[in-house]
Parts: sequence; C-alpha cells; structure tokens
Amino acid sequence: MSDTAFTDTEFADGSIASAQGGMGTAGDFFELLKPRVMSLVIFTALVGLVVAPGGINPVIGFTALLCIAVGAGASGALNMWYDADIDARMTRTRTRPIPSGRVTPQEAAVFGTVMAAGSVFVMGALVNWTAAALLAFTIFFYAVVYTMWLKRSTPQNIVIGGAAGAFPPMIAWAAVTGDVSLQSISLFLIIFMWTPPHFWALALCKSGDYEEVGVPMLPVVAGERETRRQIMLYSLLLVPVTLSPVALGFAGWLYAGVTTALGLIFLALAARLARTAPAADGDITARNKAAMRLFGFSILYLFLIFSLLLVEKMAGIAPVFS
Amino acid sequence: MSGEEETTEEARERNRHKIEAPHWDEAMVKRRRQRNVAIAWVLVALVVLFFVVTIAKLGGNIASRPL
Repeated sequence: MSDTAFTDTEFADGSIASAQGGMGTAGDFFELLKPRVMSLVIFTALVGLVVAPGGINPVIGFTALLCIAVGAGASGALNMWYDADIDARMTRTRTRPIPSGRVTPQEAAVFGTVMAAGSVFVMGALVNWTAAALLAFTIFFYAVVYTMWLKRSTPQNIVIGGAAGAFPPMIAWAAVTGDVSLQSISLFLIIFMWTPPHFWALALCKSGDYEEVGVPMLPVVAGERETRRQIMLYSLLLVPVTLSPVALGFAGWLYAGVTTALGLIFLALAARLARTAPAADGDITARNKAAMRLFGFSILYLFLIFSLLLVEKMAGIAPVFS
Repeated sequence: MSGEEETTEEARERNRHKIEAPHWDEAMVKRRRQRNVAIAWVLVALVVLFFVVTIAKLGGNIASRPL
C-alpha cells in the first residue's frame, strides 16, 4: 500500500471520513498510545516491580517497564483503530487522531500491531518469557476480548475488561520473580475491583454519549439507580481487597492504617452517590457532582494505595505479618 | 502497445496511480521527515537497549571469562 493513498472510513452511522495516509506527525502516533492511561500503567507496574521479592537489575527493570508501557500503548492504538466509528460521534473522543483524520485506520492498526509484537518480543528476549506471555495476554484481552467483543455486547464490559488494566503490576512482578503468586494476584485484584466504581461514576455523567453510539454501559442498560447501587456494592468489595497485601505479608502498619482511612472516605463518597438521585424535575447537577467527586477521588485513592506500598518498601517498613 | 488505439478506460487504468497520488506539499514532506527521524531514534534506542541489557546480564562474568 502506498503511504500516500487516500482512505475512506465508513462509520456506523453511514458517514464517511476521508483521511490521507502519511499525514500524521510523530505526535499523532504517540497520541494513539493513550499516554494518560499509560502513565497509570507505568506507575502501578513500577510498584509491582519494586514490591516483588528479590531484586532486579535496574536496566532490566527499566526494560520491563518500557515493554509494559509500549504494550499498553499498543492496545490503546488497536482500541482506537477498532472504535474509530464510535469515537467520531462522542464529544470526549472525537478529536482523537483517527476520527479527526490525522491518522488512517490502517496506519493505526499496523502501528498498534507492530508495537504489540515488538513489546512482547523485547520483554521475552531481555526480561523473561513469563512476563512476555502475560503481556501478550493482556494486549489480547484489551484489544480483542474487551474492545472487539465485550464493549459493544454487555453492560458488564467494564467489569471483565477492567482486568486488562489490572495486569501491569502482575506482569512487573513476574518480570522480577518469573512467576505468578498470590501477592501479585492481590495487586491485580485491587485494580480489578477499583475499575467498576471508578468508571461507572464517569459513565453516569456521560451516559448520553454511550447511549447515542449504542455502547451498552451499565447506566444505559440498567438505569442510573442500578448503577449507583452497583457502584456501592463494588466499593464494599474493594475496601477489604485493598487490605489483602497486609494479610499476605507484604504491607505494614502505615499501609494498613492509611488504606483503611482512604477506604472509608471512598465508601462515604459511594454512599453519598447512592443516595443522590436526580431531582424530581430531572436536574442532574447534584448527582453529577457526587459522581465526579467519587471519580476524582478514585484516581487519588488508587495512586495513594500503590504509593504507600512503594514508600513502605523503600523505607524498609516491616510487614504486619511476615 | 501493439498499435491499436487505446480506449479511454485503458488510459484511465494506466494512469490510475497518477490520479490517486496526492501532491506532496512542503508540510507533508516535513511531517514524513519528522516521522522518519522518530523511527530512526527508536531503532537506535533499541540497539542501545539490547547492548546495555546484554552487558547487565553478563555482569562480572565479562571480567572472569577464560582467555
């Protein structure tokens, strides 16, 4: 294929966008990697790398982080390629490189595939093949299981698909130890249980967008009351899961105390949202405010929990149970 | 050509690539150059990474190898 060819992309609503190959800048391709999502992935993976027992050569550790970041970015690019039709119709995503015509879908697909294969190969060749296999599975899970299958077919999309975002600390752990353990699974579970309340809080405010493009997000399919109830349920499950690193012997009193306090705040915000229905006249200002407060806090919450693990390890604070 | 007169369809097919190929203006050439430079840097970084990791994995064994 010539890199100067024009490509017509037919979107689900019948509209056709014509993009010219070879127009994207290096920055446009970097944007395909979803750098903001990548930053959270890098951070949680870093914690997995540092907290894992034993040690890893800093150069090999850096390589593992790089591969995880690029692999996550590659899944993002494949996601943008497959979802270009609905991205073009949602306000939040319509300025992405493909819907805005800066990169063609074919370019994004090739870019994502090459990056995915490259990250897995480099991880296997320079770190270890257990971590490489987990990385390959994560990319497959996000790009195929979540993006191509679950996202448009079930309101549980974010619950199951959230696993893809939960794997990075587990991959990093495997980069150090070469295996999967209960401790690394507990890090996975924290992010896995955190994803539904985090994402549904945002989806409550953006449900109109999802409804318009036919993505069966929980607020669209089950209604907002059920969504607020599910957020509360997952929050109740999340808080005990965040304490599992203490029970499994790799977190100390500082982590136990602060995480409990943060968990109570999380529950309070979820409970407030559960009680805040739209006003009788349909005004959703208060509901949106409660939802965005939970959404904002959830990001800080996850960041602080993983930071505490990092700080305890670096400061040499002993685990509660060892 | 065998001397037969070329039909309009044949001429269009023969020139199809000329019709579809867009004009490369200065901005497009600049973007292509930027992308090429970015790819070059990525490849150089990969070479350096493989070299450094190899040294890291060999570690002290480089010094103690039999001559």
